[in-house]
Amino acid sequence: MSDTADRVKKIVVEHLGVEADKVTEEASFIDDLGADSLDIVELVMAFEEEFGVEIPDDAAEKISTVSDAIKYIDENKG
Amino acid sequence: MRRVVVTGLGLVTPLGADVETVWKNLLAGKSGAGPITRFDVTDQKCKIACEVKPADHEYGFDPGKRVDHKIQRQVDPFIIYGIDAAGQALEDAGLADMDDDLKLRTGCSIGSGIGGLPGIESESIVLHEKGPGRVSPHFVHGRLINLISGQVSIKYGLMGPNHAVVTACSTGAHSIGDAARMIKDGDADVMLAGGAESTINPLGVAGFAQARALNCSYNDRPTEASRPYDRDRDGFVMGEGAGVVVLEEYEHAKARGAKIYAEVVGYGLSGDAYHVTAPHPEGKGAELAMRMALRKAGLAAGDIDYVNAHGTSTMADTIELAAVKRVLGDDLGGASMSSTKSAIGHLLGGAGAVETIFCILAIRDQIVPPTLNLHNPDEGTEGVDLVPLTAKPRRVRAALNNSFGFGGTNASVIVKALED
Repeated sequence: MSDTADRVKKIVVEHLGVEADKVTEEASFIDDLGADSLDIVELVMAFEEEFGVEIPDDAAEKISTVSDAIKYIDENKG
Repeated sequence: MRRVVVTGLGLVTPLGADVETVWKNLLAGKSGAGPITRFDVTDQKCKIACEVKPADHEYGFDPGKRVDHKIQRQVDPFIIYGIDAAGQALEDAGLADMDDDLKLRTGCSIGSGIGGLPGIESESIVLHEKGPGRVSPHFVHGRLINLISGQVSIKYGLMGPNHAVVTACSTGAHSIGDAARMIKDGDADVMLAGGAESTINPLGVAGFAQARALNCSYNDRPTEASRPYDRDRDGFVMGEGAGVVVLEEYEHAKARGAKIYAEVVGYGLSGDAYHVTAPHPEGKGAELAMRMALRKAGLAAGDIDYVNAHGTSTMADTIELAAVKRVLGDDLGGASMSSTKSAIGHLLGGAGAVETIFCILAIRDQIVPPTLNLHNPDEGTEGVDLVPLTAKPRRVRAALNNSFGFGGTNASVIVKALED
């Protein structure tokens, strides 16, 4: 597992209060992990803080699974 | 006429996180006061408070018991306390799992005096230091006063009236009184009613200290600081927590064989029309509220056995006592009167609900809780039983709670042992 994936999963577990083993890369934040749209806003803010990336609203809207987040961060972090 | 009874109780206080523990500690004369542990008090005038204890304490509060991890992260502590106390009350009433029809007839009236001050403070710092893009998306609904009622209704599927009183330190009493009326009016058969507060944060403590309301002279003796009616009192000690009751229409409660603690028989409200923080010097507003509650209850002065006073340990104690004497008589008509703020501090918006629960428990157990630290009663207390230092077993059939708030808002609630 990549370092990014590890750190993303840790943030998801902390913010959504879900079991770590539920946070697979395929997991959808809303359908599988019980998040609502505001939780995703909060997660995106946490990813920005953790990785020092900026995730604009139009990009954030396309992040619906854990792997979407990992992929975006890996492609955009400095 | 529809009658309203109490069938469930829930408490989170500095003396415990369940009803029986709080009551046992209160009757034992314990104090919930201590040095403030939540933040650095070096520059604060007031360095003490009655904090709800952490989960690993002998009578601490475990937020994980009834509040989801995700919600705990999103909301201010007053909401967490409120959700937990509401859950306790529903469980106590045997209503944690209710059918869909009853959910339509069950509502919430759980308020707060101030709301999410700690979160407002911390997010203001985020705004100033990191900019608007770093403010939490949960900031607003995690601080709003009506979000205890909101969260509780979502958690339990309650679709009846969803209400939240905001009347400073009379919130808890108004919440119960208003909810009882909703049941009487037929808006609901069951109501969760009460109040919560948690403002032991730098801004809250500084604000009340600057308003000259907080005790700042007993920092080295925290358990002696809250001393209502004592000559050496010098301001209130801030508490925190929540109190929630299940109110239920009497026939409904009887039909399902519910345990009935007491009946809510009287409710009085008034305004001082005098000053933003100081009570009317003659206690006219307090007197009006008490008289209205007695009239609604159909009780005479001598029928009240216990008064849980507002009694904040400020100069206002004298004014309240004079008003109670005018209503009940110079000897309070034989009633005992105590201020449990001497033990748990002032729970502000939660106070009236927590203290009404103490009135209910006094009726259940025929014992009244003490006024701690009352060693040198002030002038005007002669001939009045203020239950100094130790709890007192006695007959308690009807009990009255007084709650008064900034802005000159007054509420009195009378509960009484159930009679057919």
